[in-house]
Amino acid sequence: MKPRPLPADPMIQQLIRQAQRAQLGRRTLLTGAGAGAAALALAACSTGGAAKPKAAADKSAAEKSIRWDNWALYIDVDDAGNYPTLDAFTKKTGIKVKYTEAVDDNNTYYGKVKDQLALGRDIGADTVCLTDWMVGRLIRFGYTQELDHANIPNLANLQPSLKDVGFDKGRKMSVPWQGGFAGICWNKEKLPNGIASVEELWDPKLKGRIGVLSEMRDTMGLIMLDAGVDISGDWGDDEFNAAIDVLKKQVSDGQVRNIKGNSYKEDLINEDTLAAIVWSGDIVQLNAENGDKWDFVVPEKGGTLWNDNFVVPIGSTHKKNVEELINYYYDPAVAAEVAAYVNYITPVVGAKEAAMAIDPELANNQLIFPDDATLAKAHVFRTLTGAEEQKYDAAFQSILLGS
Amino acid sequence: MAFAAFATTTSEAEQVPRRKSPVALLLLLPGILYLVLFFLTPLVSLLLTSFQAPSEFGDIGQYTYAFRWENYVQVVTDYLPHILRSFGFALIATVLALVFSYPLAYFIGVTARRWPLAQSLMLVLVIAPFFISFLLRTLAWKQILSDESFIITSLKAVALMAPDAHFTGTPAAVIFGLTYNFIPFMTLPLYTTLERLDLRYLEAASDLYAHPVEVFRKVTIPLSMPGIVAGTLLTFIPAAGDYVNASRDFLGGPDSQMIGNVIEANFLVLQNYPAAAALSIILMSVILIIVSIYVKRAGTEELL
Repeated sequence: MKPRPLPADPMIQQLIRQAQRAQLGRRTLLTGAGAGAAALALAACSTGGAAKPKAAADKSAAEKSIRWDNWALYIDVDDAGNYPTLDAFTKKTGIKVKYTEAVDDNNTYYGKVKDQLALGRDIGADTVCLTDWMVGRLIRFGYTQELDHANIPNLANLQPSLKDVGFDKGRKMSVPWQGGFAGICWNKEKLPNGIASVEELWDPKLKGRIGVLSEMRDTMGLIMLDAGVDISGDWGDDEFNAAIDVLKKQVSDGQVRNIKGNSYKEDLINEDTLAAIVWSGDIVQLNAENGDKWDFVVPEKGGTLWNDNFVVPIGSTHKKNVEELINYYYDPAVAAEVAAYVNYITPVVGAKEAAMAIDPELANNQLIFPDDATLAKAHVFRTLTGAEEQKYDAAFQSILLGS
Repeated sequence: MAFAAFATTTSEAEQVPRRKSPVALLLLLPGILYLVLFFLTPLVSLLLTSFQAPSEFGDIGQYTYAFRWENYVQVVTDYLPHILRSFGFALIATVLALVFSYPLAYFIGVTARRWPLAQSLMLVLVIAPFFISFLLRTLAWKQILSDESFIITSLKAVALMAPDAHFTGTPAAVIFGLTYNFIPFMTLPLYTTLERLDLRYLEAASDLYAHPVEVFRKVTIPLSMPGIVAGTLLTFIPAAGDYVNASRDFLGGPDSQMIGNVIEANFLVLQNYPAAAALSIILMSVILIIVSIYVKRAGTEELL
């Protein structure tokens, strides 16, 4: 190859030579690749196989402490930023609790801790509250420690319907913290007639003003319930795919404006969406902060019921302390105190009676202390196998990504 | 590589001593270590991940090292619209940013030369948005452009928008967000070259009876080419990989998701690490190819 003659200008000649010298040679590239591979070999040593990790030895007797990761706004807080129920727990038991609002999404939290869990290492938390399906995955992978029910006598106060769940028979590994409904909410000012079913969300008059949740089990659960499927029961690909087709059509027609996680609240506030599939506790809070503008209903054909559950990660050395903490929060009086603040459903039987003493109006709020009629309309999405989870998540995500 | 051509125009390469000194190597060591640890290692890891295959009897998110090149075919067939959309959005945003930034940079760098104080003040204004997190600024736009906002209701009132139309969650909103967020990255390099523009060249051109348009086309633009190249690169590269503006939590909707959002969903939600890694490698390679072609054409040859 004959090189082109260089321009006459000396400055430009110099520039070109400089540029030529800077070109990456083949040898440099190979050296670089070699160094990279060597560094990777080091990194690869740390990734273990698929063997299930072993539980860490318990040091609860010596170390009176717990690190608890939880979602934001999910425990009682006073004006000074203290947690009254936790302070009382420390006073009573001498166990110090480091409470962190570290969870803002099941998937991102899992992404942060999964490698440590796989190796059986400490994840920086002795207990964490995650949603049913994520807890199911952690249990399936052997990432949790078995709880000793003898240390949690108050577990007798657990709602009977939550005692045996598909992902954790007999509640050996997990205990509910708080729960909630997914249902329908609408803007009372703009839609005075209200919305009673998922079907009504697809009304052409509301085109582009409907929101649905990015949580697959809630959105798909409500759509399947609307089609008459019992989501707790025995359903399969046909029922799921029929619901996927409904959602796909509504999204591609522009009926559904957006599919969101926690941030759907902003859309309700700025009225981009006038009606949406939402979580119950948020609407209580939204009405308190932004004027009483929204109404929530669990549709007649059914809404979903989910729980966030305590689990003890495999690498934690304070399991017994955590058991004591769970036992404390299963005292109905303590549960009522928390419920008065967080607006979600408490799984503790007797908390309603205890709440009656604090604030009767609160105790009668169907979204916090639902009665049997409301609970009968709420269904738990059945536990999926790993393969189903992968398949259904992929189908749902492809709608979220518009493909 | 070719970047060096315009990055160090004033260095005196000829005077650099040729002998390799151990001190120079020692001084380079921290930089090399840094690159190996924080660039090369993750890159190799990413490359290996992109060829992983699902473990046999594996659960969600469990993969083993393999050479499954089909991953690449799979992601391209699944996500080709997103790949094309990303580069399309980035291209439109870059052109728009250039159109907005050039007059601005020209005004600050050339017209305002007479008033140095005003010039510095205007520069501060260009940089001022950086004082606030860009996430917050993007969220603010989402509020400003919401359905019941003043802007959208006014546009509907004067029939510039259909009564049932909306802006947030559309491709236009994403392009708007990208343009808005990257305008400073376009303006600043343009300003630095235009600020040094020798006005005598323009005078000479008009003395030779060149029409102002000709002067701009044949003198000003070629002289400001380094700024245009740097500015477009600084805008196009991050815009193509951006996933914040197009995120459904910000300005995007299901029909405006970019490749960054696809990578995020595959990595965090679907735990499909090979697909996410393969998409990242594709994104990186395509950007590298586009940029090297561009720099070769605009950067090294036309500059000379």
